Amino acid sequence: VTVPQDLRYSKEHEWVRLDGDIATIGITHFAQEQLGDVVFVELPEKGATIRQFSSLGVVESVKAASDIYAPVSGEVVEANAALADSPGDVNAEPMGKGWFFKLRLTDRGELNSLLDEAGYAAYVKNLG
Amino acid sequence: MSIDSGLRRTPLYDKHVALGAKMVPFAGWEMPIQYAGIVSEHRAVRGAAGLFDLSHMGEFFFEGPSALRALDGLISSDIAGLDVGHARYGLLTSEQGTIVDDVISYRVGPERVMVVVNASNIEKDAAHVRRHLPNDVRFDDRSMQTALIAPQGPRAAAILSRVAGMNVDDLMPFGVAETTVAGAKATVARTGYTGEDGFEVFVPNADAARVWDAILEAGKDDGIQPIGLGARDTLRLESRFSLYGNEIDETTNPIEAGLAWTCKLDKAFLGRDRIAQVKEAGPARRIAGLVVTGGVARHGHPIAKDGAIVGVVTSGTFGPTVEKNIALAYVPAELAKVGTQLGVRIREKDVPATVVKTPFYKRSEK
Repeated sequence: VTVPQDLRYSKEHEWVRLDGDIATIGITHFAQEQLGDVVFVELPEKGATIRQFSSLGVVESVKAASDIYAPVSGEVVEANAALADSPGDVNAEPMGKGWFFKLRLTDRGELNSLLDEAGYAAYVKNLG
Repeated sequence: MSIDSGLRRTPLYDKHVALGAKMVPFAGWEMPIQYAGIVSEHRAVRGAAGLFDLSHMGEFFFEGPSALRALDGLISSDIAGLDVGHARYGLLTSEQGTIVDDVISYRVGPERVMVVVNASNIEKDAAHVRRHLPNDVRFDDRSMQTALIAPQGPRAAAILSRVAGMNVDDLMPFGVAETTVAGAKATVARTGYTGEDGFEVFVPNADAARVWDAILEAGKDDGIQPIGLGARDTLRLESRFSLYGNEIDETTNPIEAGLAWTCKLDKAFLGRDRIAQVKEAGPARRIAGLVVTGGVARHGHPIAKDGAIVGVVTSGTFGPTVEKNIALAYVPAELAKVGTQLGVRIREKDVPATVVKTPFYKRSEK
């Protein structure tokens, strides 16, 4: 598995991929595995402004509902509308077509408070 | 995760761990919630076969010339009229006509009845029956010595027959027989909680691992899979079976719960008069089946009508076979009619829900 270098992770198991000042956000493979079969995703409206680490959506598996937290602050520019019809994408490709939403970053410095690939891998290992 | 040492383990605990199960605390037991995943396990049971460890459930034995008659006074359904080799669903009721537990009674001998109770209620039920049982009926709580292994699904009869001392397809639905499975002495019943054809196999704890392995091996080519409590819940909910602690408990009466069919009101049993009164007057609230669009209803979510709270969700999930978000809820009786539009209050929003006919899923006849 090749790991893109522009990825950052939160301890709540969200990932952030940066493209210019647009951050794409989703949940990690570990998170989708813990959740089990995802059946519903509730995402923020386009234009909503979000503070770092605040709850801005919900992912529901067969078992339970879990909050989604914003790993960085910003304005929502797009939510993944395809998840309404195929929430299973979150299980199948959590870091690909199972992405949740895109934010326009307000503070790049916040990325420093997130984990890099190695840091997240070590964090997850300790949870095991 | 550390394991609470106060939890009980079934004799199949090591099997579950070896099969990759995720173990969770349930009713004082450490039980498998899932193996491969709830949806794929659910589909295996509907399409082929699944194997459940239900050893946490309680097995009560009642023996003596008056055992049948005594139980008939404690259980809502017709136990006095149960033939040897037959089983019946019913309710242990309180003096107030509420539900102490839902149980299946198996007449395993002329003067011997096995009553299977919910794991969470074993101690309460034992105290309840002791309080009400006449002295000449012997009561033996064999819950901790008895394992329960349940192959369920359209392939279950063929699979179990390969390792049983009989063709289990000769059993009628709700039939029960003494036989062997994998060489172990077993009580085999054609009962279950999935909405599919299936069986429940009662064996002594010492034989549980051998019986479990033999059924999994015999069903390998049929696609049998081990099934956890997660899929047990989605399967029973699609079939609209009540779950004790959700739809029914000691505050609910059988009429509002939609269990009038389990109450033989022309006999005497605990709480009979109160239940008859509720039936006569009509219950104030009823369980309704809901299809929810735009969210997943869960136990405890409020039910709204035009913005006002009128009821509560007792169980809710995504139904993998019906492929809809489904729920059961207590609502005022006049709002329980099919087609009524309601809301489920999920995260402060009223998500649309429609009352539908239940069960949500019914298997097609062979």
